[in-house]
Parts: sequence; structure tokens; C-alpha cells
Amino acid sequence: MSETLHIDWTRCDGRGLCTELLPTLLDRDDWGYPLAKRATNGDRSNVAVRPAHSEAAREAVHLCPKMALSLANQVAGFGQ
Amino acid sequence: MTPVTAEMPMVVDRQGPSGTHRLFAAGNDAGLAEHVQTFGALPSHGVDARLIDVVEASGLTGRGGAAFASWRKIAATVDARSGAPLARKPVVIANGAEGEPLSFKDKALLAHAPHLVIDGLLTAARAVSGGQLFIYATDAGLPAVERALAQRHDSRSVRLVAAPETFISGEASAVVNGIANGPALPTDHRRRLSESGFKGRPTLVLNVETLAHMALIARYGSAWFRTEGSDRDPGTRLVSVSGPAGDRLLEVAGDAGLGDVLSSADIDTSSIQAVLVGGYHGRWVRPMDYRLSPTGPASHTVRPGAGVVHALPDSVCGLETTAQIVGYLANESAKQCGPCMFGLPAMARVLNSLAYGGRDPQLVRELGRLSRMVTGRGACHHPDGTAQLVGSALEAFSAEVAAHLAGTCSKRMGRRS
Ligand code: SF4
Ligand code: SF4
Repeated sequence: MSETLHIDWTRCDGRGLCTELLPTLLDRDDWGYPLAKRATNGDRSNVAVRPAHSEAAREAVHLCPKMALSLANQVAGFGQ
Repeated sequence: MTPVTAEMPMVVDRQGPSGTHRLFAAGNDAGLAEHVQTFGALPSHGVDARLIDVVEASGLTGRGGAAFASWRKIAATVDARSGAPLARKPVVIANGAEGEPLSFKDKALLAHAPHLVIDGLLTAARAVSGGQLFIYATDAGLPAVERALAQRHDSRSVRLVAAPETFISGEASAVVNGIANGPALPTDHRRRLSESGFKGRPTLVLNVETLAHMALIARYGSAWFRTEGSDRDPGTRLVSVSGPAGDRLLEVAGDAGLGDVLSSADIDTSSIQAVLVGGYHGRWVRPMDYRLSPTGPASHTVRPGAGVVHALPDSVCGLETTAQIVGYLANESAKQCGPCMFGLPAMARVLNSLAYGGRDPQLVRELGRLSRMVTGRGACHHPDGTAQLVGSALEAFSAEVAAHLAGTCSKRMGRRS
């Protein structure tokens, strides 16, 4: 089962710790916020995490100072 | 799921209104007497979970903008309820916040047909065995609903809540947040509202027009609903038409032709250069041979969103108009999410420059880059909607873009250097 890293934009302050921990998954945008390098179905708030990066993703979730990150097995969310 | 056959649970004992004049069939300022005389009482039999099948057969989609299949939302709420350990009663919210500046159909509906909206809310509540019920609307819409509630005895559980006049206050999670906690700001969408919304309860948020249609579907059935519109867009929808001739509210068949909608609103299409469909998160199109439908190829159809049609007269520059709108949208960002808080003002600046004299060809590329950067990166779709508007403007007004970059503007001859 593949995991997704969910970014809660209402919490993230864009200091970019996660982009340092997960350079293969995340870039920084113009303002320092994490930018998914690859989007799944255009969704850039839920970033697919391959097993090889699972450990680093867990660390990012743990270390994010704003508790803006979470890991899930699947993604929820109504369009509206 | 089940097609509607003779098994249909509703008691259809009278004919629904014929033609597209449905939601306002009881007339202006319809009180309870006119309402019941026109539509009959809400059937007491069969309006329960079985309604979900009927709504599915009707093909009703949300009229608040996203055009999500209404039955799916209702069914998801029921599922979440039965899945929850404590089986907490769902909360149902009639959303009349209508923050879109070009939209006035929900205000009109609440003012003139409040009983239909209340019927719809009670119908949805019965379908999901709902507990708490809310009607959420701006001050303009509340007095008529208050009067209507005072006239009836079946709606004591309905509470009215005032929505702030902001663009974003009608977003579903902002609605729930506003009613539960005060600030009408969107929340993170990690969990569905149908699972965990108002105070953690399964929550169903439906637009007031969607509910009004449901009130009629509960009475007359899905086949009646489908006598107007097309297979891909059945029923009718309200459309707020604005433009040089002023504002006009229409109820049109689904899949209506854009040109027909404009003529019905007495707009001379020969004096119109482009039309903004779907509101500030919508799409500029020209010429007029599009149909209004939530689905269909983009080359021939344009999504009506919350039913907004805005005609731009020949004399006005579409780039300037769009720059003003994007400036407004940047200001209306709830400023919670970085990409929205920084990205939208950046887009507004670049578009302003393009609209008012900038001649650097990189401006267009920069707008594309910023649009891609903000898309999909907010708690709500505000950045996505803004990016869509900008993209459609660059396409629809490509000739104007070229003219601006060459230092002229066909609409403002002589004014630019
Ligand atoms: S570590 Fe957390 S707060 Fe910092 S940029 Fe990443 S998600 Fe945002
Ligand atoms: S995307 Fe923008 S408007 Fe939506 S919640 Fe975030 S900051 Fe607010």
C-alpha cells in the first residue's frame, strides 16, 4: 500500500524543514513552501511517498514545527 | 443504482410546474399559503433514505458551484453515520452564503421562495436522519427565511446563522467552521465533512438552490425533474446574468445555449465581446456558441458554476477587467495558506502590469508559471479557481495580450503610450 504525505496549508509556515528532509519529493516554491515534485492526479496537497522514502517522511511529520504534515494510506476530501 | 420505476417511493399526487418556471412558481415573496397552494404540502410518506435513489435518478447536481452529484453527498453522509461508533446524528446545512459578487440567485431564492428551501432542508434531513439543521446566509437573505420559519410548525429544529459577506464564506468547510466556531474560514480537507464536520459529526452541506430542487423532486419525482434539460445536465438552474443591460435572474433548462441565455436577458450579443461564465473562479469564453453544462467537452461546453453569466461589452478591455477581479480575489484570500497568500497577489501584480502598460513578453510566461505554482496548493480551491480565470483570460483575450505587448490596446485607443 502506498502512502501519501498530506500538507495542511493552513498550518504550514513555509520555513522549509520538510523540503530539506525530503529533497526527492519536495522542492521549495518562490516563498519557501513545500512544492510536490510530482503531483498525483493534479493533487499537490497529498504527495505520494514510495516505501524507500517512508522513513524520511515519518521523520518530517515528526519534526515539522507546525504539525502541518501527516501520513495516510489514502486521501479523503470532497472537491467542495 | 435503482432506476425509478413504479416502485418510486414518493406519492406523486399532483403535477409539478411545467416548463422552466419552477422554483419561483409560487410567485414573488411567496408565503406559506401560496407555497402550499402552488406545490402542495411536502409528502409525509416516503421522504426518507429512499429519497437517495430518487435524487440519483433525477441526476441533480449541486448548484453552489462544484456540481457534485447530490445523491452521492447524501449517501456518503448516511454511510458515515452508520460507520460511526456512536452513530451520531448528522448535521444538515443549507448554504446560502453566496460570496460570489456576480451571483444573486441564492439571495433571490431565499427572499422569494424560502419555504421551498426549508422544505428541501427538511427533505435532506429526513434522508440522512439528521439532527441539527442550519440555514446559513448573509443578512440580505435572513429576514425572509425568519418570517417563513415563523409561519410553520415543522421546522423548529432549524437554526439561522448569519454568514459574513466574504468571497470565501460559502466554501463548505468555511460554512461548517463559521457556524461551529465563528470565523468563516476554510479548514484543512484531510477528512471529509460527511465523516467529520460540524463538531466532529457527519455533516451535509447543500446549496439552497440544490435543496429547493430536492423539495420539488420529493414531490413530483425524478422523471418530472428530467423533463427539462438534457441527459448530461437534467433539470433547471438559476442563472444570475449581469452586463451592460443590468442584472437579470433567469431559470433556464440544463444544457442551455449561452447565446439563448443572453438573449433571454435582453442582451444584444452583437455588442458583447466575451462572457465570463461561472463567476470569478470561472472561465471567459467567446464567441457565444457554448452550452452551459457541468460536463462536456471544453470546446463546446462551459461549466455554469453557481450559475453566473457576465457579459463584457465591446468597449471594455477584458484584461483590465480580469486584472481587477484577480486583485479582488487576492484580497479575499483567507491568508491561511502560503501559496494562496503570496501567490495570488503575485499573479495580480503581473496581470496588472500586462493590463496597464507592461510590454515585457515574459509577463505571460510568468503568469503561467505562477498559476501552475498555486494550483492544488490550498486548503480550498481559491488558488485553483483564480488560476483558471487567469488562464481563460489569456486565451480569450489573446489578441488583446498581443496588442498590449505591442504597446496598444484596442479598447483604450490613444490612452496608452
Ligand atoms: S516543515 Fe512543516 S511548517 Fe515547515 S515547510 Fe514543511 S510543512 Fe511547512
Ligand atoms: S487556499 Fe487561500 S482562500 Fe483557501 S483557505 Fe487557503 S488561504 Fe484561504
